[in-house]
Amino acid sequence: MNRDKSKKSNLFFSIIERITPIIAIIGALFIGSIVILLMGEDPIQVYKMMFGLAIGNRDGWGNVLFRATPLIFTGLAVAFAFRCGLFNIGGEGQVYVGAFLAAYIGFTFAKLPAILLIPITIAASALGGALWAALPGFLKAKKGIHEVIITIMMNWIATSLTFYLVLVYKAPPTEEMRLAGVPQMIPHTSEIAEAARLPRIAPLLSKINISFPSHNPLNISFFLAIIVAILVYYILWKTSLGYEIRAVGYNSAAAEYAGISIAKNIILAMMISGALAGLVGTNEVMGYKFRWRQELFLGLGFNGIAVALLGKNHPLGVVLAAILFGTLSYGGALVNIYTAGKIPRELIMVIQAVIVILVVISDEIIKRLILRRKTE
Amino acid sequence: MAQYLIEMKDISKTFPLVKANDKVNFSVKKGEIHALVGENGAGKSTLMSILYGLYQADEGEIFIDGQKTNIYNPNIAIENKIGMVHQHFMLVPPLTVAENVILGMEPRRNYFFIDLKKAASDIKELSEKYGFKIDPWAKIEDVSVGIQQRVEIIKVLYRGAEILILDEPTAVLTPQEVEELFKILKSLKGQGKTIVFITHKLNEVMALSDRVTVMRDGKMVGTKVTSQTNTSEIATLMVGREVLLTTSKAEQTIGKTVLRLEKVNAFNQHKYHVLKDISLTVKEGQILGIAGVEGKGQTELVEVITGLKPISGGKMYLYEKDITGLSPRKLRELHIAHIPEDRRKRGFIADYSVAENLVLGSHYKSPFVKGCFLNPPEIRGYANKLIKDYDIRPAVKENLLKSLSGGNQQKVIVARELEREPNLLIAAQPTRGLDVGSIEFVHKQILKERSKGKAILLISAELDEILSLSDEIAVIYEGKIVEIMVNKNIDRGKLGLLMTGVHK
Repeated sequence: MNRDKSKKSNLFFSIIERITPIIAIIGALFIGSIVILLMGEDPIQVYKMMFGLAIGNRDGWGNVLFRATPLIFTGLAVAFAFRCGLFNIGGEGQVYVGAFLAAYIGFTFAKLPAILLIPITIAASALGGALWAALPGFLKAKKGIHEVIITIMMNWIATSLTFYLVLVYKAPPTEEMRLAGVPQMIPHTSEIAEAARLPRIAPLLSKINISFPSHNPLNISFFLAIIVAILVYYILWKTSLGYEIRAVGYNSAAAEYAGISIAKNIILAMMISGALAGLVGTNEVMGYKFRWRQELFLGLGFNGIAVALLGKNHPLGVVLAAILFGTLSYGGALVNIYTAGKIPRELIMVIQAVIVILVVISDEIIKRLILRRKTE
Repeated sequence: MAQYLIEMKDISKTFPLVKANDKVNFSVKKGEIHALVGENGAGKSTLMSILYGLYQADEGEIFIDGQKTNIYNPNIAIENKIGMVHQHFMLVPPLTVAENVILGMEPRRNYFFIDLKKAASDIKELSEKYGFKIDPWAKIEDVSVGIQQRVEIIKVLYRGAEILILDEPTAVLTPQEVEELFKILKSLKGQGKTIVFITHKLNEVMALSDRVTVMRDGKMVGTKVTSQTNTSEIATLMVGREVLLTTSKAEQTIGKTVLRLEKVNAFNQHKYHVLKDISLTVKEGQILGIAGVEGKGQTELVEVITGLKPISGGKMYLYEKDITGLSPRKLRELHIAHIPEDRRKRGFIADYSVAENLVLGSHYKSPFVKGCFLNPPEIRGYANKLIKDYDIRPAVKENLLKSLSGGNQQKVIVARELEREPNLLIAAQPTRGLDVGSIEFVHKQILKERSKGKAILLISAELDEILSLSDEIAVIYEGKIVEIMVNKNIDRGKLGLLMTGVHK
C-alpha cells in the first residue's frame, strides 16, 4: 500500500472534480470566440467590451447583480430538490405563481404598514411557489409518479392560470388612456402598494456617500438571495432535516431502512424548492416593476437548471454561477447595442448552452477517470 | 513441453491508489484446477485481468507453454486459448443462448446469413460433452443464474479456450448450483482443460482444486498442493495470522420470548404471495437461523419485521407487545437492530462519511442533534469511539463509505446496529462477500450479543454459517416455514432436501 501517493492522487482528483465548471467556462468562451470569428468580428475585442461594460463599472455591477438575483433563487430551487434526488424543472411555474401571489398581496392589502406588508409579501411569494410544488411532491411521494412529468405539466397550468388571473386583476387604464377612450391593453396587474416595495440600493448607497446611478434596478432582494443561499447551506449540511433530505437523495432504500420517511422528505424538499423559486417575486415584483407581468419571468425557471448544474448544486456555486450568467446576459445585451446588432444577443445563449454541455461532459470524463484509477 | 502451461514472473501493477500486484509469481500446470485465493483487495482479480489482457503489467513477463507472450488485449488472450468468465455476466437477456454464445463471431451461411442452426448444434455438442444440460434455444431472461453462468462458460469454450479463468464463480449461486458447477468443472478437467478459479471460500478450494495459490496485500504468499494442506493453514496464509474457522458456542440460558410472529402473510409488488402463515419465536439468548435457498421469502420476512414491508395478515409481537404495522423508525426505537442482506442497497449511504453513517438512524436523537441542528462534536466523538472499538480501517471518520473495503463497510454497519443496544438483532446474510478475517469478526460479534442475552434472528444462504451459529433452525421454502428444529446432530443432507422443498 502506498498511502501518501494515494492520498495525493485523491486530492488531485477531488480538486479537478470541483473545478470542472471553470474548465467548462474557459472552453465555452473559446468556442464562443470561434463563433464570433465566423461572424467576422474580433473575439478579444468583443469579450473585452462585454466584460468591460458588465463588470467594469458600478452601474454594470448593479445590473449584473440585479439579473443574477432571480437566477440565484431558481438555481437554489433546482439544487435543493436535486439534493433529495428530485429534478424540479417546474421552477418556471413556481415562479409565476409565487410572484403572482406576492403581487396580489401587495396591491390588495395596501393599507398595511411596510413593516408588516413587506414580510407578508415575501412570505406570500415563497408560499405560492411552495404550494405549486407541493402537488408534484405529493404525487411523487405517494404514487411514484415522476416529478419531471408533473412539473412540466404544472408549468403550463401556471402559465394559463396566471394569464387568466392577470386579466381578472388587470391594471386600470391610466388618466391619458381614459381621456383618449382606450381600454387597458397591457396584460399586467395593478401596482403593489408603496409599503410593499423593496428599497433600491442606489438611495441607500448615496446616504453613505457612495456614488451609484439612481436609475439602477439593483434592490435589496439581492441580499435576501444571499441570505437565503446561506440558509440553504445551513439547512442541507447542518440540520438533521438536511441530513435526511440528502440521505433520501443519495440512497432512498438505505434512508428508509434507517427509519427516515421518504415520502415526508420528498414532499418537504419539493415545497422548499418551490418556495425558493417563488422568491423570484421579491426581485421582479417587489423590487423592480412593482406589478406582475409574464415577460418579467420568462425562462428564469429553466435557466435555474443551468445555474444549478454549473454551480454543482452547492449554494456558493449557485451564487457564483448566477452572477456569471448575469454578467453574460447584461454584457451580451450591451454588446448587441454597442455593435449595432452585429453581435446578436443569441451569442450569449450559445455560450451559456456550451457551458452547460461542457460541464456535463467534463464531469462525466472525470468520473470515468476516477473510476478507472480506482478499479483494481 | 514446458513444465508449466502458464507462468507469470515478477508481475507488478500499481494503481494510483494502491499497489495491486507486487512481484507476483504464479504458474499453472496443464490440466489442473488451480485455486487463487486471498482476501478482498489482495490482488487476485488484477493478476487474472493482466493474464486476460484487460490490464498491462508495469513489470514482469508472461510465458504461455514456455513462449514469452505479450498479452496487451483480450483478443490476444483468446488467440492463446485463454478465456475468462467474469463475476458479473455479460449476456443479452432477450436473446437466446445460441445467439449469446456466437455474439461477435457469428458463423455465416452464404456470406450474409447467420447460421444459427449450426451454432445451436455446436453448442448442443459442447453441452453434451461436458454435461452442461443447456437448451441452445432458451432465452437468457428465462433461465436461472446457474444456467446463465454455464452459458458464459460455453461462450469461452466456443472460442476455443483451453485455459479457463473463473472470477468468484460461486458468489451468485445456490448450494445446489455450486455442486453442479463443480461437476462441470471436474468434467472439463477430465477432458484436459486447465482451470484457474478465484475464490475466498476455503471449502471450495478443498473440494475442487489440485493446487492453491494464496495472495495477500498484492503479494504472493505461497502455493500449496491442496491434498497436502488444510483450511486453517490456507486461512492463516490469507489473513497473516491465525484465524478461528470454527466458532465455539458457550452454553446460554434461554430467557423470555422477544419476537413472536403469528401467521404472518405478505405479498410482493407483483401480487405474489411471498410469506405464507409464518409463525416463529425468538427468545433471549437464542439464535434462530433461517435456512433456505435464496429468494424463498427471507428478504420479505426481514422487511416485514423491520417495518419496511406491510403485511396482509397476521400479528407480530415484541416482548408480547403488538408491533404489527409500526413504521421502521418506531421499530428501531424499540431496539430492533438490522444488518441488511444487501448492504450496498440498504446498509449505508455510500456518499456519506463513516461518521455520518455511524449515526444513520439515530441522527435525529440527542446527543447527535441540538434543536434542529446536528451536533458535530458529539458525532465525531462517537465515530472515533466506534472506529476504535470495531477496528474500522482506515481509521478516518471523514472517509466516504464508498472508499472502504466490503469488510470494513460491514464493520460500520455492525458497529452502528450493535451500539444501539438491541433487544432483537436481525442479521441477514451478515457475511456475504466478506473475506475470512471479516467473517470471523462478524461471527464473534453475533455470538457476543447472544451471550449478552439478546435475541438473534440469523438469515443466511450459507448452510455452514447457519449450522455453526444457530441454536434452532427454521427451514423456509416458497414463503413457508417447513420445519423448525433444534440444532443438534442435524443431518446436512436432510436439511438440504428440506431447503429444496422435498419433505421428509
